[in-house]
Amino acid sequence: MLFQPAIIALLLASLVGTLMVAASVPFAVRVMRRWDTASGSEAQLEMEKRTYLVSTLLVVVLLSELASLILFVFNADRMSSLFVGAMCAVGTLNVNDFGFPTLYLRIAVFFAASAWLVLNHVDSRGFDYPLVRVKYGALMALAPLMAAAAGVQLAYFLGLRADVIASCCSTLFSGATQVTSDKLAAIAPEASLAGLAVALILVMAAGRRALATGKGAVAYAVLSLVAFVVAMEAVVAAISVYVYELPHHHCPFCILKGEYGHVGYALYLPLFAAAVLGVGGGIAQPAASLASLAEAAPRIMRRCVGSSMAGFALFGAVALWLIVRSHLILIEPERLLSILGGQP
Amino acid sequence: MRGWLNKQRNLLDFSLSSLSRRRGKTLGMLAVYTAIVFLLASVMLFSHAIRREAATVLAKSPEVLVQRMVAGRHDLIPARHLDAIKGIRGVQSAEGRLWGYLFDPAAAANYTLMVPTNPRIEPGKVVIGDGVVRVRSADPGDLMSFRAHDGSLVQFKVESAISRDSALVSTDLFLVAEEDFRRLFGIAPGLFTDLAISVRNPREVTKIAEKIDAALPDTRIILRDEILRTYESVFDWREGMLLVLLAGSILAFAIFSWEKASGLSAEERREIGILKAVGWETGDVIRLKMLEGLVVSLSAFLVGYLLAYAHVFHFGAGLFEPVLKGWAVLYPKYKLAPFVDELQVATLFFFTVFPYTIATVVPIWRAAIVDPDTVMR
Repeated sequence: MLFQPAIIALLLASLVGTLMVAASVPFAVRVMRRWDTASGSEAQLEMEKRTYLVSTLLVVVLLSELASLILFVFNADRMSSLFVGAMCAVGTLNVNDFGFPTLYLRIAVFFAASAWLVLNHVDSRGFDYPLVRVKYGALMALAPLMAAAAGVQLAYFLGLRADVIASCCSTLFSGATQVTSDKLAAIAPEASLAGLAVALILVMAAGRRALATGKGAVAYAVLSLVAFVVAMEAVVAAISVYVYELPHHHCPFCILKGEYGHVGYALYLPLFAAAVLGVGGGIAQPAASLASLAEAAPRIMRRCVGSSMAGFALFGAVALWLIVRSHLILIEPERLLSILGGQP
Repeated sequence: MRGWLNKQRNLLDFSLSSLSRRRGKTLGMLAVYTAIVFLLASVMLFSHAIRREAATVLAKSPEVLVQRMVAGRHDLIPARHLDAIKGIRGVQSAEGRLWGYLFDPAAAANYTLMVPTNPRIEPGKVVIGDGVVRVRSADPGDLMSFRAHDGSLVQFKVESAISRDSALVSTDLFLVAEEDFRRLFGIAPGLFTDLAISVRNPREVTKIAEKIDAALPDTRIILRDEILRTYESVFDWREGMLLVLLAGSILAFAIFSWEKASGLSAEERREIGILKAVGWETGDVIRLKMLEGLVVSLSAFLVGYLLAYAHVFHFGAGLFEPVLKGWAVLYPKYKLAPFVDELQVATLFFFTVFPYTIATVVPIWRAAIVDPDTVMR
């Protein structure tokens, strides 16, 4: 199965990326031990020059990592025609035990890599390399994560065998099998949509506070992660159902397909961007206590939080549009009224 | 936001003018880059288009085929098997098919003989495919004769030729009447080559296949989905093989771009030195150089992809045809339907722009950290 162009591209990207990050680790160790801006020694100057190389390389690598997450899901969906029983990405990812771990690790790498990029960006605004130790410490944590993602992905692709019967998303998300997503689907649509609404309102309130006072961005970061999880759950439990107009089809991947106009991308791209930018705001705020970042860090924090709020708003709007345009009535108007406290 | 955009615009402006100042070097790089994109894109476009062609052709074929096996070899299937299959619930229709191959010594080519049921062909007449018309230069009204299994001559009168639109499947076709087919090969009535079964509900196909397998243990059952999957795998594999073979050229390209990016002329070094002396930071120089790389990448990608598109869909992919589609005497002449796939473009981007960018990072950094006083002295 390795001789598939997209698989080769994904393996190439993660191999090169992991090698680059791993190759920067010795330098990161040196920075952690010997970094001293006050010193004018040859070694310190050399290190300062070297940071530019490492930053540029990592920006390229991490951006490719973000792009390959999309490519990975897209490819998984496309490959479903190769496996008996698979009808969308769920089937392909279920062909062996490494499919879903690869996806989860890739999402983890996506968040970690974006957080690192924000850190790098904040650091580059200060003239005296204020966050250099934090940055390289984070890099050392990122390296094993990326290596794990690359390794699990390789295991997944090596283990892809076309004669394995995969289960389709309908058996996984609505059958009797016990998986986490199955429990997600079991949550009542009313509850999940109400949860989503509450989470989005809280996020917006926290965002407004952070924008107005310049404080509370860390709380915003936590809230945006919570909202991300709640939103994913709402997609499985209710929003996807509205898209398919089938009460028992809860699949977070089929909405990416062309049959449904690729609406999934309109949902997921703003959602992922919003969550990641929210985390970025939480990273930028504490940096404001450093003298050289006192001016730049709050500005970056405001920009991150503002774009994150826009992302969540866009996600909410798309979700609302999908529900309104759907012909499916999942929640009867009478029940909706009684929930809201009105007369049926 | 406005200020940021203006800054990027000025940077882009500067990088374009600096690229045009080194016209020879830039054009050389662009040519090699375009050639690489062209090669890879041709392979991908061609294999995708041919895969789609196969899928469209197979979409109209029956859901299930049943063939009798004797000692592991395909054998003629008796008509009584049809009754057993028709009894299975969910089977919409089942019919026996007659087909085979006929070697024509005059053309040194194999024809595919088939007996169409709708519309039927009159005995003594034949409808031929485009390829057969070509090798035999046969026109409607001409006579063609072949030796039957017992040595006697069987004569056919060409009734018409099949249009070239469906050449991929019909080029070597030779459609005859059932009586002629049986006489030519000595097949007794009541025997068929295989059975074609159509099933109304696609979700029942596997269950019906299971039931047929239980009722008729001497048969082999071929599902349309399986054929599709096999085609998909085969073409993926061929495409992947070719890409792996071309990996050498990607590597060579990466080395070439590394060389080009690191071989800075004295002029360029002085330029960077001056930029830094007037207040540019290392980060700005890196950004400028990366932007230059981006301009080259995107132009090469666009031009290479368009050239590949023209190569595959307007000039029949002359360079890769033999590898990707196989070979036969009576190969169909056909034009592929143009088709561009998003995944394929993304993959191609990873294969070309990613290696180029990675290969040029270190040389760019080397150039950007030079001290102004050492180069301007």
